[in-house]
Amino acid sequence: MILILLHGSRGEIPSKPIAATILPFVKPNDGVQTYPEDQKNNLPVFTMNYPRIQIPFEITLWVLLASFAKIGFHVYHKITIWVPESCLLISIGLIVGAIMHSVHEEPPAVLTSNVFFLYMLPLIVLESGYFMPTRPFFENIGTVFWFAVVGTLWNSIGIGISLFAICQIPAFGVQDINLQENLLFSAIISAVDPVAVLNVFEDVSVNEQLYIVVFGECLFNDAVTVVLYNMFSFVAEMPVVEPVDVFIGVARFFIVGLGGMAFGILFGFVAAFTTRFTSKVREIEPLFVFMYSYLAYLVAELFAISSIMAIITCALTMKYYVEENVSQRSCTTIRHVIKMVASISETLIFFFLGVVTITTDHEWNWGYILFTLLFAFVWRGLGILVLTQIINPFRTIPFNMKDQFGLAYGGLRGAVSFALAFTLPDTIGRKQLFVTATIAVILFTVFLQGISIRPLIEFINVRRTNRNLETINVEIHCRLMEHTMAGIEDLCGQWSRFYWKDKFMKFNNRILRKILIRDGRAESSIVALYKKLELQNAMEILDTASGNISAAPSIVSLSPNVELLMTKKFLAADLRNIHDILSKNMYKIRERTVAYRGKHALPNDSQTREILIRRHATIRRSLRPRSFQSSNVPRTHKYFSLPAGKSLESRFDAARWHYTDDHETLSEVAYPSQRSRFGKPARSSSSKAMIPLHRLGTLEEVPSTDVLNEESSSTGQGVFRTNSSYSDSRVPHPRRLYSLFDDNNSELGHVVLIQLRDWPHQEPSQGP
Amino acid sequence: MFILFESLDRDNRGCLSPDDFEALGGLAMNPIGGRIMEAFFSSGQDTVDFSSFVRILAHFRPTDRNRNKEGAQQELPSSRTRKLKFAFQLYDMDRDGKISREELLQVLRAMLGLQVTEEQLQSIAERAIQEADLDKDDAISFDEFKKSLEKTDIDTKMSVSFLK
Repeated sequence: MILILLHGSRGEIPSKPIAATILPFVKPNDGVQTYPEDQKNNLPVFTMNYPRIQIPFEITLWVLLASFAKIGFHVYHKITIWVPESCLLISIGLIVGAIMHSVHEEPPAVLTSNVFFLYMLPLIVLESGYFMPTRPFFENIGTVFWFAVVGTLWNSIGIGISLFAICQIPAFGVQDINLQENLLFSAIISAVDPVAVLNVFEDVSVNEQLYIVVFGECLFNDAVTVVLYNMFSFVAEMPVVEPVDVFIGVARFFIVGLGGMAFGILFGFVAAFTTRFTSKVREIEPLFVFMYSYLAYLVAELFAISSIMAIITCALTMKYYVEENVSQRSCTTIRHVIKMVASISETLIFFFLGVVTITTDHEWNWGYILFTLLFAFVWRGLGILVLTQIINPFRTIPFNMKDQFGLAYGGLRGAVSFALAFTLPDTIGRKQLFVTATIAVILFTVFLQGISIRPLIEFINVRRTNRNLETINVEIHCRLMEHTMAGIEDLCGQWSRFYWKDKFMKFNNRILRKILIRDGRAESSIVALYKKLELQNAMEILDTASGNISAAPSIVSLSPNVELLMTKKFLAADLRNIHDILSKNMYKIRERTVAYRGKHALPNDSQTREILIRRHATIRRSLRPRSFQSSNVPRTHKYFSLPAGKSLESRFDAARWHYTDDHETLSEVAYPSQRSRFGKPARSSSSKAMIPLHRLGTLEEVPSTDVLNEESSSTGQGVFRTNSSYSDSRVPHPRRLYSLFDDNNSELGHVVLIQLRDWPHQEPSQGP
Repeated sequence: MFILFESLDRDNRGCLSPDDFEALGGLAMNPIGGRIMEAFFSSGQDTVDFSSFVRILAHFRPTDRNRNKEGAQQELPSSRTRKLKFAFQLYDMDRDGKISREELLQVLRAMLGLQVTEEQLQSIAERAIQEADLDKDDAISFDEFKKSLEKTDIDTKMSVSFLK
């Protein structure tokens, strides 16, 4: 068995350029070979078995190396502004490749095209699909498909034919390449690559329309590329092309494209449906997302239809429903993991691109390669020009010349072409030439265009985007405008995208959501955004409250606990209410965190204070008609705090405890806010004279309202009184809990508000 | 455009009345259909004649961007303002130049309907106002409205292509 192992390992390619690793490879050989002969076998004190771990070990080292490179770039901030990351990674890859070449090592066999297509590419594409901004995408969907399909077709045929023409010139010595092979090659290099493009475009922040069109184009041109590639490689082996083959090709294209989308949608729905039932198994929720998308990809590969489209449509459909069904944590996990693996994958791809460039055998042919470059550029430019002219009348916002330039210039080739080149069948005579040419094109576009695109765009002043802050206002107004547009279009008798969108949303709400979402209540995007923002702020305040570490975990653990408890006992509606309640009173915190985002800037206290005043005033106003007892609550507010450390935790324990005992104690939690007094407004946030909060004790029936006195900081306990009339609201039924919140909603929030608000105050030394 | 007007004008009086608008099923179902209708009937008139019809619809023309050379937001500022003004009027039913909380609540209620409870509506409106309200008068004036949308591409959102 050991011999088999050795035999197997000898077949593996030694990888690391570090010479030291060659040694361990040799040792086991020696050690084992002597073993059978050595009768007096002492227990070996120190053994090494490198072949066993070789492959995972190498993979890990490569990934680490690439990640170190990535860290290294960001040390010098300036570099990343001017040079996109992809270029840097390729450069490092080139360097490493050069080292390896000089040591006469082979590149790791890990990068086969199989590995690329089955493991690396799906991750990247999944990330692109998952994080695609859906609204702009669907608004521009026609343009995207137009460019993706027709554009790629145009490019490949154009480049192919012109290269064929060049091949006829005997001076270049490439006459043996026939038309089919040329077309095959051009199909490879006309594929605009999502990895490279995104890398570059993200930093440049062009306007949204442009971005989404380029983005969408490079994702969806896969369908065309696959068809063309397969068709031409099939045809390249045939001596004669018949017209029926062309028709078959067209039919095949539709199957490929639409089939890919159909599979994607199917898997997306199945995934959404599955997550409807995963409330008990929260830990594996992210798994479903990954597995289903990967399954979509593989099944599409099985049928040789466009797997990229499958996985993208899967991610698109899935995202909307899954994010409603899964818990907040799972949602975060999914996003993070997707981003992480995509980042790794991308890094590795570029890295290997650099390495393999050095280590493969090249066949260089000046004429062919230079003309390839030229034609790639020219045909893309022409293509964009012509296509834009045709489609501009259909667009609401036509592309102007600058946009078109951005589109044309942003057509970077990258890893997909590279992998496709490697999978060329060896029957093609000039395979090496093609590979070399592909690498040349990739390097040229990524380096030259990638580096120069930023200054050029700034120079030409393409319309840039201002990254929108997500605010409720914008969302509300946009929704209003959409409704308006739907109405106006109705008026004009026009069926346009708003109409379809409206129709789809209705269908969605009526049918799809009921099936696919656990609590299939229709939810507007405004409410969704609102909840999301408030939750975000809550999380942020917990993160940035760098003060009391001991209390921090309890807060963090509180919210999921609360959530879990809540979801266990109550419907999502209740949860929503609770979030809502909390959020109402967390407004002030949010204002703080806006300032925190800078991480170095101090928050604007006066503004937050003012807003707090207003906020509480309005809440009090809304409270008053419902309050059981109108209290002369002073319109000033106080800042409460706990003595550093313990009580906050104990307070939360109390709160948590109250949640579980969902009866009388809950009402205690609800009461105090009624009494919460707010202190002098003229207080700096770093004030120290705080009133220690009191641990919620037993129910006390004190009708009078106490004014908590600031000066009573000497007393360890402030007192929260309860009101006798509250006792009515103590109802044993858990359902009433919900309505309790309803009636006294702001009060609960107040408690939490106080507690949460106290965070920044606890560390006066660190400016909050 | 006149053809459109005529097709809407059912009783051929040469002007549109509220019934004509309501006959459009889609508009009736639109949550803010009523408000859109109101926008057409300015200043208490009962009917809309062709010129005012056209004038209102002109708000939705896509602006011609190519001529404007300045800055990042390449729209003719006046047309953008006009669009914003129209949107503002959809909120501001009493035409006092401000969107009060109550008006905002009404719109929200219309758009969100049965999905949310009253408290949630309140809090959403609350948040919206406090985000936008800079002079602290508890209402959103037109300038504040404009400012809150300054980064949004209004032109894309409020254009009907066939009106070019």
